[in-house]
Amino acid sequence: MHASLLQEIFSFVLAVFTGWSLITKVPPVLHTPLMSATNAIHGVLVVGALIVVFTAAGPSQIVVAALALFLATLNVVGGFVVTDRMLEMFRKSPTEKGQAAK
Amino acid sequence: MSNIREAAYMIAAILFIVGVMRLRNPATARTGNILAAVGMLIAVVFTVIGASVGNLVLLIVVFVVGAVIGTYSSRAVKMTAMPQMVAAFNGMGGGAAAMIALSEALQALSHGSYPGLSQAIPGLFDMLVGSISFSGSIIAFLKLQEWMPGKAISFKGQNAVNAVLLIVLVLLAISILIVPSGDRLALDWILIIGSVILGVSFVVPVGGADMPVIIALLNAFTGIAAAAAGFVLQNDVLIVAGALVGSSGTILTLIMSRAMNRSIFNVLFSAFGSKVTATGTSEHGEIHPTNSEEVAMLCAYAQRVVIVPGYGLAVARAQQECKDLMDVLTARGVDVRFAIHPVAGRMPGHMNVLLAEANVPYDRLYDMDDINPEFQRTDVVLVIGANDVVNPDARENPGSPIYGMPILNVDQAKTVIVNKRSMAAGFAGIDNPMFFKQNTKMFFGDAKGALQSLLSAIKEEVA
Repeated sequence: MHASLLQEIFSFVLAVFTGWSLITKVPPVLHTPLMSATNAIHGVLVVGALIVVFTAAGPSQIVVAALALFLATLNVVGGFVVTDRMLEMFRKSPTEKGQAAK
Repeated sequence: MSNIREAAYMIAAILFIVGVMRLRNPATARTGNILAAVGMLIAVVFTVIGASVGNLVLLIVVFVVGAVIGTYSSRAVKMTAMPQMVAAFNGMGGGAAAMIALSEALQALSHGSYPGLSQAIPGLFDMLVGSISFSGSIIAFLKLQEWMPGKAISFKGQNAVNAVLLIVLVLLAISILIVPSGDRLALDWILIIGSVILGVSFVVPVGGADMPVIIALLNAFTGIAAAAAGFVLQNDVLIVAGALVGSSGTILTLIMSRAMNRSIFNVLFSAFGSKVTATGTSEHGEIHPTNSEEVAMLCAYAQRVVIVPGYGLAVARAQQECKDLMDVLTARGVDVRFAIHPVAGRMPGHMNVLLAEANVPYDRLYDMDDINPEFQRTDVVLVIGANDVVNPDARENPGSPIYGMPILNVDQAKTVIVNKRSMAAGFAGIDNPMFFKQNTKMFFGDAKGALQSLLSAIKEEVA
């Protein structure tokens, strides 16, 4: 076990608690956008995919790494765009609505 | 450079957290999502800057193709198809996690080294969980898209088969760990393919009504897989973001199954909707059909009207007509509210999104707990394309498969008008005795057409 592993576990545990306490307070209205937004956030896998593409050498490594990058890119880009589409439809009051409708 | 990258990752993680924080309020939600996206951009840019980048052309081509397809498909999809779109993107993430782990294993082996346990364990975990999330999400997508039957498909002993398969896969992963051999890659592939099969047979027996729970659960799976990929690559932003999503997905899963008054184990292992149980179908008596003129009179002269939207409304794309009805009635001084059951539609909050699309202000939308005490003081309830969430059997009939599920108590209102296309059973495949009650009137027709004729009837009758 290396020293940085403990730090990694430390970050992991804190992030689990952060997510837990943040999300218990979300009203049901926002459950679908929230699920969609967190779906986009795990698209952070794109960072991991980039790292493996950087160092891939030889056909089989390159194919697997490129597939990882392709899937992760779909996840992250599609995830954020879909969430934004959902959220742009939320309107606060009739006046704002009127402006948006014009 | 690596210090700058770490700092950028920290900023990205903070933006993810602030983004989720802002997603708790409708007024700030959109900026929350944008902040999270900015965080993602920062993480990506600082991953590339200063790195010894190989395969640059390939990288750019793959990234651009993925981004174009992702943008196009999420722009083109209809609002009603949102749940399956989220499922599909989630599956992509799961597949990416498995491929990252495989890629890392390939690269380590080509250098003639085996990764240490602290990387090998999360790597194998990624291949297992990422692959399950991948194929499970694809099945959820196919079911919601209705490219395969939505109802639960199961055979006797399926849970046992799944359990055995899971145990075999875990044992395989352990053997890969403790017996390093030249066949490591072949074994990795067997692990991945086995996990893909497990994901399919894990989601196939789950009925369409439970799909929201499954999507929430698979979202959590992919989150944890992303965190595991962070351990494989010793990358903090993956760990933090993955852990955030893992815990959020878990909470949503619990919220969803609680709303249906069913334990998560029940959802996963009971093949709900596959068994049509003891309720009996015949001895309910007669229904009372009605027409748009009668409904128009009832609504126009009511003090309070509560509209209960369900998936039928979404399928008919009648949310705009709903909004028009609200406007017409509100102009006459009628108090119009929307009652939103937590699992209306096919995802938590699905109905809210659809009504928001039609510009219904969200202060008109009431949660189940807020609206239930109001039904006794409500003149007319208009149930549009909903069924199971207003089924009084959930309250009264211990023999019903949905007994104990919290419902909207619409039958306590003076008059209930139910708009359905036919007398067919709802998504869960069970009967609703409310349709036969004295104060229930059946207003048959496609939601869009029915609401349009109702609107013109109101304008004629009371103008």
